[in-house]
Amino acid sequence: MMEGLVYIALFAPFASSMFAALFGMSERKIFVGVIASSLLFLSFVASAMLAFYVYGTGNAIHVTMMDWISAGDLAIPFGFLVDQVSVTMMTVVTLVSTIVHIYSIGYMDHDKSFNRFFSYLSAFVFSMMILVMSDNFAGLFIGWEGVGVCSWLLIGFWYHKPDVTREENPSISPSWAANEAFIMNRIADLGMLIGIFIIYWNVGSLQYDVVFASLPNLSGSVLNAAAIALFIGAMGKSAQFPLHTWLTDAMEGPTPVSALIHAATMVTAGVFLVIRANPLFSVTPEVSYFIAALGTFVAFFAASMALVNRDLKRIIAFSTLSQLGYMFAAAGLGAYWIALFHLAAHAFFKALLFLGAGNVMHAMHDELDIFKMGGLKKAMRWTYIYMGLASLALAGIPFFAGFFSKDAIIETAWNEGTIVLWAILVLTAGMTAFYSFRQVFLTFHGKARYDEATLHPHEMYKFVLIAMSPLAILAMIAGFGMGGFEHFITKLLPDYHMSEHTHHIAWLLGLIVLVVAVSGIVLAYKKYGKGLKRDEKCENSFIYRLLANQYYIPQLYTEIITKPYAMISEHMWKDIDMKIVDTTVDGIAKFLYRSGDSTRKMQTGNLSNYLNWMAVGSVLLLVIAAISAMFV
Amino acid sequence: MIGLTHYLIVSAIIFSIGLVGVLRRRNLLMLFFATEVMLNAVNIAFAAISHYYNDLTGQMFAFFIIAIAASEVAVGLGLLIVLYKKYGSLDLDDLASMKG
Repeated sequence: MMEGLVYIALFAPFASSMFAALFGMSERKIFVGVIASSLLFLSFVASAMLAFYVYGTGNAIHVTMMDWISAGDLAIPFGFLVDQVSVTMMTVVTLVSTIVHIYSIGYMDHDKSFNRFFSYLSAFVFSMMILVMSDNFAGLFIGWEGVGVCSWLLIGFWYHKPDVTREENPSISPSWAANEAFIMNRIADLGMLIGIFIIYWNVGSLQYDVVFASLPNLSGSVLNAAAIALFIGAMGKSAQFPLHTWLTDAMEGPTPVSALIHAATMVTAGVFLVIRANPLFSVTPEVSYFIAALGTFVAFFAASMALVNRDLKRIIAFSTLSQLGYMFAAAGLGAYWIALFHLAAHAFFKALLFLGAGNVMHAMHDELDIFKMGGLKKAMRWTYIYMGLASLALAGIPFFAGFFSKDAIIETAWNEGTIVLWAILVLTAGMTAFYSFRQVFLTFHGKARYDEATLHPHEMYKFVLIAMSPLAILAMIAGFGMGGFEHFITKLLPDYHMSEHTHHIAWLLGLIVLVVAVSGIVLAYKKYGKGLKRDEKCENSFIYRLLANQYYIPQLYTEIITKPYAMISEHMWKDIDMKIVDTTVDGIAKFLYRSGDSTRKMQTGNLSNYLNWMAVGSVLLLVIAAISAMFV
Repeated sequence: MIGLTHYLIVSAIIFSIGLVGVLRRRNLLMLFFATEVMLNAVNIAFAAISHYYNDLTGQMFAFFIIAIAASEVAVGLGLLIVLYKKYGSLDLDDLASMKG
């Protein structure tokens, strides 16, 4: 019974993808979207039932579908593990993706590749389910690569758009952005693979339970090496510095993709990996501290770039980066369950934020510059409410979802005595509040800055707005599930408690965060609440330009990596490949051709000549046989 | 006294004569005769060795070879007649039509 549910949860998205693929080349068919969404909903129902089962009994479900690789000592089964951690991820993933599927029926309305889109989207969900459900590192890696491929397909969904300069569009083109994301992830995946190899080499198995059970027998350097290598993989998928540039460029994909993949699910895979491998990371304190420090840095770094960005989707993408930084900070400090809780809460409000941004884009005919919006409050009331709610949750205002989870992370930083990290995280919370509300005010408040004569913004379809409501509700109330979630998840993950002292002043810490966040909102209101007042002096200042250009990191990568690499490649092509490899191959071919040409004359057509050759051959064979007989 | 060696030498000489015939002759009919000579050289060797070892197998083998050679000649002569009717010659230099 439970095994059946596991397979339904896993394979319903696969069936949906295959079904939609049947119609991939034909024109838009509404029923494809409807059936894909229903299959995803089925997967969600199965996941929710599994979640109830795991919650009720406290037991994990472990099924082995079949043997996959079994060669010599290597045995890797296709096994699936549904425990507290994976069931949480499954529920979040399937819930968000069901909503995104329904949303896409409305959003991709006018797109001629409507069916293809659903096929890719469901394939992504299937890969993500494999990633979170696998009971071994090899299966995890399959899912890991699967989501990478689907992400590539979806970022480059509008592959026909031409390349433009970086000044015109910072991501150049969808196909460029897709390749960037894919290549950056490959770099990180190499680290991940090395980590898996180190584990296999030293443990002889890739099953989670076997690996974690044998950790105490391994030396410190092996543990550190494995943890570092695995974390490099996590850095790529979760877009941590210095592999972060792909995430904002990934906004070239259709907005539902950004909501599903680049906010709620795939980018959290790195956090999931750290949480899943928590026994490993908790015995490598140096690596964990590095994770926490890097996470804190990225939280601040990304938030600073979001402060001045003008692109609606990129602001949200930077905010995703920043929140991933928070999750890593929590995981690095040992508060794995808090990281997972923030992951879930963040998935809800960030998906809502992106889907709201999609509504705005739909209304504004793909305009993304918030300086050219304004006053959309009247035309798009529901979207305004949704995005407002999501921003409140993101800013950490009581008693929305983000308040509980983010506050817990900041409290953890204090509790661990890492005051510097704590201070940066508090500051970042204020910046988060500022940029979220800067965006809301610039989009929805003030006077319209677009051409009202030609553009008539309209609200999204009603069914889309209704489909978004579960996310809005969860963004409001998810935080109240924190106690229950802690009780549920700490059966598997190490419990993390604040010390007596921290507990004592928790209200004060919370108050500090709240004051910082509220002042961020107030500042945003003062500056942008009444409309946009451009400040030339500020916009031309060094810091503003630095932030608006993402610290010039994309340009730096182009100069110090892409261009030299292209130069070396050209050199290799012209000098090594053409002159050495190709010449060798051509030489062999030419030799064979010439020898064939010269021996062709043997073929006289005269039987007598052939017989002579045959006799020569027989004599030669006889001689060889005689000589070899002498030596044996 | 004539022993095994003598027979084998005779056999080898006849075989060589046959082989030279195969290599040097241009007429297909002559080629056939040369082949027959070679086969009979082998027959001599078989019979001699069979007698030497007091084992009848070799002589049986020689009979088989004679039978097969006879049928081969029957088929081969038929082919030669057809070839002659078609080309008007059995000279191999004239028959060379598949020059590479």
